[in-house]
Amino acid sequence: MTTRYALIVKKDCPTCTLIEPLIPQLAERLDGGLSVYVQDDPAFPDNFEAVDDRELEFSWRNGIEIVPTLLRGDGEGSERIFGWDRAEWREFTGISALGEELAPHRPGCGSRTLDPGMPEKLAARHAGFGARKVDLAEAEDDMETCFERGWTDGLPVVPPTPERVVRMLGGTNREAGEVIGEVPPDRVPCTIEKLAINAVMAGCKPEYFPLVIAAVEAALDDRFCMHGLLCTTYFSSPVVIVNGPAATRITMNSGVNALGQGNRANATIGRALQLVIRNVGGGIPGGIDRAVMGNPGKYTYCFAEDESDPDWSSLAMDRGFARDDSVVSLFAGEGLQGIVDQQSRTPESLASSFAASLRTVAHYKYFGVCDAILVVSPEHRRVIREAGWSKADLREALDERLRVPAETVLRGIDGVAEGAPESLRGKQLRKFRKGGLHIVSLGGTAGMFSAIIGGWVAAGERGSQMVSQRIE
Amino acid sequence: MTHTTLLDPTAELQPVERQLRPRLASLSGATVGLLDISKPRGKEFLDEVESLLEEQGATVRRYCKPTFTRVAPAALLQQIGAECDAVVEALAD
Repeated sequence: MTTRYALIVKKDCPTCTLIEPLIPQLAERLDGGLSVYVQDDPAFPDNFEAVDDRELEFSWRNGIEIVPTLLRGDGEGSERIFGWDRAEWREFTGISALGEELAPHRPGCGSRTLDPGMPEKLAARHAGFGARKVDLAEAEDDMETCFERGWTDGLPVVPPTPERVVRMLGGTNREAGEVIGEVPPDRVPCTIEKLAINAVMAGCKPEYFPLVIAAVEAALDDRFCMHGLLCTTYFSSPVVIVNGPAATRITMNSGVNALGQGNRANATIGRALQLVIRNVGGGIPGGIDRAVMGNPGKYTYCFAEDESDPDWSSLAMDRGFARDDSVVSLFAGEGLQGIVDQQSRTPESLASSFAASLRTVAHYKYFGVCDAILVVSPEHRRVIREAGWSKADLREALDERLRVPAETVLRGIDGVAEGAPESLRGKQLRKFRKGGLHIVSLGGTAGMFSAIIGGWVAAGERGSQMVSQRIE
Repeated sequence: MTHTTLLDPTAELQPVERQLRPRLASLSGATVGLLDISKPRGKEFLDEVESLLEEQGATVRRYCKPTFTRVAPAALLQQIGAECDAVVEALAD
């Protein structure tokens, strides 16, 4: 049986024109086994009838990077040489006198499959997608279509074209078809490709995609209880905290206005998670999302921690990871409550200040119901650090200051009907369950303001626990 | 002519459509499950429903979800399905 050879060329390549005179000889000596594929001009070469590969499907399917490339055999067992190297071509073809009159070697040129923007276009055109394709009519506006189909959170989204989704998938080594879990509330199997589509819509860059994957994986961990969190009438929703080199690599904001607008990675990673819950899981506000008011963080709530102080442990380190691990942590949190303290110059005073504010999370008489995140600003951190305290010292001081006798917070006390049930009388109550108070540090370097992100009123095993996921 | 194709960001699977079971002709002799989802005061509400159902001749069986924040375990759903003709779920506080 004749061995099949395929020669891939383009006229625009001087090395391809250099070897053009050899083609008839090759065809004859290879006993009819040679096909020539041309990427640019179907009239090239003028001494052999080539297959028109201007659509680049053959070149793309065979992973051609350089022209000329000479392939021997089909499929996985095929072998290839590229550029022009006389000795190599002679050995590969078995034609001993091949190209005697040509220079001994010339490098090839880049295949058109690698032109800028071309890999995504070709992958979008020739690769199969699991997702349904939605073809728009000529007069349809792509952004308006996304609104009309109910795909957005109320803000415009980037239309998820196949090319953009291919680029997003380039941000991970995971297979597009891999199912990463079932997304609540509809418990729908979700693929990496489906995440990529929603990440495109959220405005993510491909380099953010591993963080989006990790955030969704954390949300799907049963301990996070995404289903209940979505359905609740309470304010809370996922808060995404990023630690480690991955945050620096994609220039996330952990400084001035870190919890506000203005940083693309902060803004879009949190948004991508919300869009996945909405679009894949079917969690529609007013549908199964029954929040009385919600909170603005339900558009996006994602930030990095300031890890500039090597002696201050990061959230990820508190949770058992190393400083150089990249980690996403998810917390079921509500909006932000500020703590102003411009007078404390000792950590004891500051801890008392923090504790008094932390006491009001959800309700000043609710104890052991919610978790919380205390967000310590750099200036407050300085007060703590200059006194020689560590984060562990702060945590211990807060714990001491956040215990009360139940008698002081029972229902009816202070003329307030709300409060702890009578059954707790005689007990010492802790504001937060063990492990329920998380501490992060971030923000601009001017301003003695810290903050609290209050948790869902269903903390721990009966509701949501913080989940941390390593970023791959 | 520009022609745009988008990839659908929503679930690929259509949920299975199930027929509602026929309405019970009478509560007399029927077994009705009452599912408490573990929200505060669900018990008081279902106690009231239980006595109303029993007045109409129904046999009542009580069930409880471990926590309101998660969907009911499959085993509990199957148990209710096997033991009851109808179910009432106390959804909120």
